[in-house]
Amino acid sequence: MNIVVCIKQVPETTEVKVDPKTNALIREGVKSIVNPFDENAIEAALQLREAHGGKVTVICMGPPQADEALRHALAMGADEAILLCDPASRGSDTLATSYTLAQVIRKIGDYDLILCGKQAIDGDTGQVGPGLAERLGLPQITFAIGLELADGKLRARRVLDDFFEVIEVKLPAVVTVVKQINEPRFPGMRNVLKAKKAQITKWTAADIEADLTQTGFDGSPTTVIKVWPPERRSSGTMLEGSTDEVVSALAKAIKELNIAVGS
Amino acid sequence: MAVKLITDNCTGCRLCLRACPYSAIDIVEDRAGFNANCTQCGACASSCKFGAILLEVTFTRDVDTTQYRGLWVVAEHLHGEFRRGTYELLGKGRELADKRGAELCAVLLGDQVQGRAADLIARGADRVYLAQDPVLAHYRTGPYTDVLAGMINQFKPEMVLVSATPQGRDLAPRVAARISAGLTADCTGLDIDEAEGLLVQTRPAFGGNLMATIVCRQARPQMATVRPGVMKALDPDASRQGEVVTILVHLDERAVIAKIVEIVQQEDEGRINLQDAQIIVSGGRGLGKPENFSLIRELAEALGGAVGASRAAVDAGWIPAYHQVGQTGRTVQPRLYIACGISGAVQHLAGMGSSDVIVAINKDPLAPVFGVATYGIVGDLFEVVPALTKKLREVL
Repeated sequence: MNIVVCIKQVPETTEVKVDPKTNALIREGVKSIVNPFDENAIEAALQLREAHGGKVTVICMGPPQADEALRHALAMGADEAILLCDPASRGSDTLATSYTLAQVIRKIGDYDLILCGKQAIDGDTGQVGPGLAERLGLPQITFAIGLELADGKLRARRVLDDFFEVIEVKLPAVVTVVKQINEPRFPGMRNVLKAKKAQITKWTAADIEADLTQTGFDGSPTTVIKVWPPERRSSGTMLEGSTDEVVSALAKAIKELNIAVGS
Repeated sequence: MAVKLITDNCTGCRLCLRACPYSAIDIVEDRAGFNANCTQCGACASSCKFGAILLEVTFTRDVDTTQYRGLWVVAEHLHGEFRRGTYELLGKGRELADKRGAELCAVLLGDQVQGRAADLIARGADRVYLAQDPVLAHYRTGPYTDVLAGMINQFKPEMVLVSATPQGRDLAPRVAARISAGLTADCTGLDIDEAEGLLVQTRPAFGGNLMATIVCRQARPQMATVRPGVMKALDPDASRQGEVVTILVHLDERAVIAKIVEIVQQEDEGRINLQDAQIIVSGGRGLGKPENFSLIRELAEALGGAVGASRAAVDAGWIPAYHQVGQTGRTVQPRLYIACGISGAVQHLAGMGSSDVIVAINKDPLAPVFGVATYGIVGDLFEVVPALTKKLREVL
């Protein structure tokens, strides 16, 4: 059972600030972490390996410092880590990212299952998992909250709007997982130290035979033209006085809205 | 995009015949060949075990964008009912299509759903493309992708909108990758740029802490998933005229890899439809313990509204997750939203900020929720909420 987990390095907080002059994100002083949903994907992979044997390979596309994210995955227990790092992939949107990761996975070659988090907490798109599945011509199962393996088949429980769906596919397949699937393990100090010294394989666009028109800015059909902090609605009326006074004023205002009760 | 036949590799096994939704493959002298029905949907490529059919997908900046016309909305239905987001997309789509001087078309995939097409026209569509087959009865990624990709290749819409529901967020990126389209996720704002005629897509990122505007200049169609609960639906108008175009498809269950084993509906209360509620009363951390949600329920009852909750209350296990309003829960836009004991994290505000009237009741005068409130009350919710419930029972 060879499992590939795709992870992304993201800022630790979503409370990011924008430079009002340049519209660029202020990244200074913001720590980087493994995207939390991807930690769930790593944990799911480790649990499957523990039950069925095999190997867990973690891959990441990003700048050289993204090797920190891979070391965290190794400390959690992953067997191998590959960083795809190439300036040519900078500026990739989800289409270009799914192409690039698919090339990495093609080069790995021997895989039964590919796991991703349901989305990254910075972009919040959730588009790379399905894009990757399409590129590799594999079935996809998104929003998985439970996984079971039997006879080369994967049975997954998906959590949707107001129902669950249990779906079964033949492997290989691509699965994206939600937070509730598990509780990611916390690596012990010994494993953290070991992971610090571990070997991380670094591949460039040439190593994965990437078509340079399909990755980075060139391979991205979408362009971000503006970024800004959301506007706050200007504040309304503060109701003041005794409880009886404020409640009466509010009840009057609500009555005047004239919303049919029960509609 | 193009499907390419490597005839030397073909064994005449007929797997592709089974996979093709458009009856576009003939086997002649033990070799597969495409006929004029081919929409280049790509279904055959993934079915071939012998490397005889290749799907060549390359994003290219040389797309002739003038060939693409019209705005499509992909309809989503469950148990024979359209999801509200579909009507919202048609409402917004109508406005955008008029601005662009283009037709608004709805795409309806399913089994025996022809009776529902008129509803899409009443909600704003000029035309409905209808594809029906028993295999399409319940949504599955594979067959829906094959059929939709084929339709897009055939009719070349300029823009395609899909609801950012779990189904839409499963389908849209798969289709976009199949046809090399640009796709923007979970949009909360859409407009047409007057100079270039482009779809201008606005969306939150970083959990709602940041807004981004995104365009897709070269690739076509311009695709977007759109957050439910943000756009306004049109009232149904049964006198609206429109056309239903049937697309003939033939699917074979044996070619579908994913099998649905079971569908489990959540218990009745789980179906409380926050997105359809005109009035929502929500409780947060300030309630202190699960039993105190009874205060929220009583106020909601007095108003005939639904019960919502902040993430803090859900994470504490006080109330099930399907009540959650916010970035990771539901986005709602009721006529009246009453937030009790909710401080107003940006993720919560992202989910309810477009409500018509917002009432905030909180003991902390600095709570960010007051920044979006139409009416704010700084006070003890354990006093204010029961008093308000009592008062409303008298006056309503």
